[in-house]
Amino acid sequence: MSGVTLNSVRKTYPNGAEAIRGVDMQINSGELIVFVGPSGCGKSTLLRMVAGLESISDGQIKIGDRVINDVSPSERDVAMVFQNYALYPHMSVRGNMSYGLKNRKMPKDEIERRVNEAAAMLKIDQFLDRQPNQLSGGQRQRVAMGRAIVRNPQVFLFDEPLSNLDAKLRVQMRIEIKKLQRRMDVTSIYVTHDQTEAMTLADRLAVINEGRIEQMGAPMELYSDPKTLFVASFIGAPQINLLPVRYDGTQLSNGSLAFTGFADLPQDTDLVLGVRPDMLRHDPEGQFELRVDLVEQHGGENLVYGALLGARDAEGDDLEICLKGPQDLLPEMETVLRLGFDPSAAFVFRKDTGERLL
Amino acid sequence: MKRVQFEHSPIPYLFIAPQIIIIVIFFLWPAAQAIYQSFLLEDAFGLSSQFVWFRNYTDTIFSDAWLQAAGFTLVFSALVTFLSLALALLLAVKANEVIQGASTYKTLLMWAYAIAPPVAGLMGNLMFNPLIGDLYAFMNTIGFDFDHKLDSVDAGFVVVLISVWKQVSVNFIFFLSGLQGIPKSVTEAATMDCKSSFRRFWTITFPLLAPTTFFLMVINITYAFFETFGIIDTTTQGAPGGATNTLVYKVFQDGFRGADIGGSSAQSVVLMVMVLALTVIQFRFIEKKVHY
Repeated sequence: MSGVTLNSVRKTYPNGAEAIRGVDMQINSGELIVFVGPSGCGKSTLLRMVAGLESISDGQIKIGDRVINDVSPSERDVAMVFQNYALYPHMSVRGNMSYGLKNRKMPKDEIERRVNEAAAMLKIDQFLDRQPNQLSGGQRQRVAMGRAIVRNPQVFLFDEPLSNLDAKLRVQMRIEIKKLQRRMDVTSIYVTHDQTEAMTLADRLAVINEGRIEQMGAPMELYSDPKTLFVASFIGAPQINLLPVRYDGTQLSNGSLAFTGFADLPQDTDLVLGVRPDMLRHDPEGQFELRVDLVEQHGGENLVYGALLGARDAEGDDLEICLKGPQDLLPEMETVLRLGFDPSAAFVFRKDTGERLL
Repeated sequence: MKRVQFEHSPIPYLFIAPQIIIIVIFFLWPAAQAIYQSFLLEDAFGLSSQFVWFRNYTDTIFSDAWLQAAGFTLVFSALVTFLSLALALLLAVKANEVIQGASTYKTLLMWAYAIAPPVAGLMGNLMFNPLIGDLYAFMNTIGFDFDHKLDSVDAGFVVVLISVWKQVSVNFIFFLSGLQGIPKSVTEAATMDCKSSFRRFWTITFPLLAPTTFFLMVINITYAFFETFGIIDTTTQGAPGGATNTLVYKVFQDGFRGADIGGSSAQSVVLMVMVLALTVIQFRFIEKKVHY
């Protein structure tokens, strides 16, 4: 098994658009890396560059010690699972899984053995002679995985493989992918825009924004120690509460609201205070008040949404925030809750650069 | 159990009436006329006629001229269908890969679609004119002793060439849209599974185009059988010596030039049966191999 190395990889389209603006990355052997980011951030492009479906404008991609920039996709020893499965509609499940092996002139009995093994692993052995259009979405997804597995590649590439499945199946397949990847111990790159999927699957996460890596690290590291405003706002569900504030030397303020317990911050620039919904707590002694707009009951916990009294967002409207509380926290609409948080757990970012200060 | 009864409204019948009327007037009625006429022997002036049972059929079908026309039609149709499909597929595959100036390229390839067969024939006639025809001169310059007025193979070449040229654009449009209907990710998955683009084409692209190909084959055979009439009429008119007579053209010649209404009716009935049989064969045997 071998890792994947990306050295200042760039992708520039003929019309001058820059999709990838210099990415460096070291993926260790057997690791599952998730590329996550908003749509259009370049995460799929980067994956497709590793696959060989997009050319590399500049820089170098290596699998193990082999530079693969100019190696054809079929010879890179990578296998890809596509978002819409991309099964060959005119071939049976068996045909789909063995197509790549046949083209590599593998002996028939070896193909047979591998297909049966992968089919058993994915529980699709009873569908081997069906056509893809006779299968459900989840089964097709398994076939697509099987097609990748039989190749026994050095790297698996997943391009949002679960986004066409319904929510329940998605969770189930997510767990299976993780288990399968652990068992096979194959270096994998997984692209998704779903941050839950990213958090739960990844050994390490790469948050990508506008063709650059914003931050890379273990999921919990990105959650609890985001380096930028973008990472903080992208990782975590429900999303982090962001409050535009200024520092006056002693406290952070927004309108009539003030937050104490912060020091050593610049006074000449706009700042953003980030407080995760689970860091907020219902506290009669708290520093500020929330007028409740909506309560979402998720079963084990409740999410309370409301406007922060006294504060205004960048457009001058009510500042909506979210609080995560236990299931017995069920305030009436329009009631006012007093809230507090631990300043040492909150983040402070510069608004202009997005850089984290505290 | 009681069947659910719906009120029958006459409106649906009114809606399909125009189409039914067209079919009856332009197909069923002439077909019935042809069948009736094919049993009659009529004098050249149409003053008297006589019921002769199947004599028109035996006379025409066992004549050398009809067999020659039938043979030519089969070879001609096979050539036109195969060549126009193959060329169009090649062009469509190449056009599908073009990124820069794709629409110009495609428009130019589709242009010939707007030309009616007789016009295509007239253009071909000019190009193969022994006095001013560029293609005629070209063929002779590169070493062929080319004369489509005398040589039956040369004459066949001319009508096949023009018919194929005329038909390629139609096939091109269908193949191109067929190619664009293949999901990009399927093509990409194939790229990762198979290195040879040639092999990829025959194992993935071509099977996925099968419905288009089948449809076009039916259309093209019909075209070669019937619509090339205009091309033949404006170029060789069956010359030399009936060597480029298709069955349809022979029906026209015998009926309208030769005033043999009974004989040409018998031929057109035979032609109708042949086309019917051909269509049944196409749908029975070939469609089964097509994956939709």
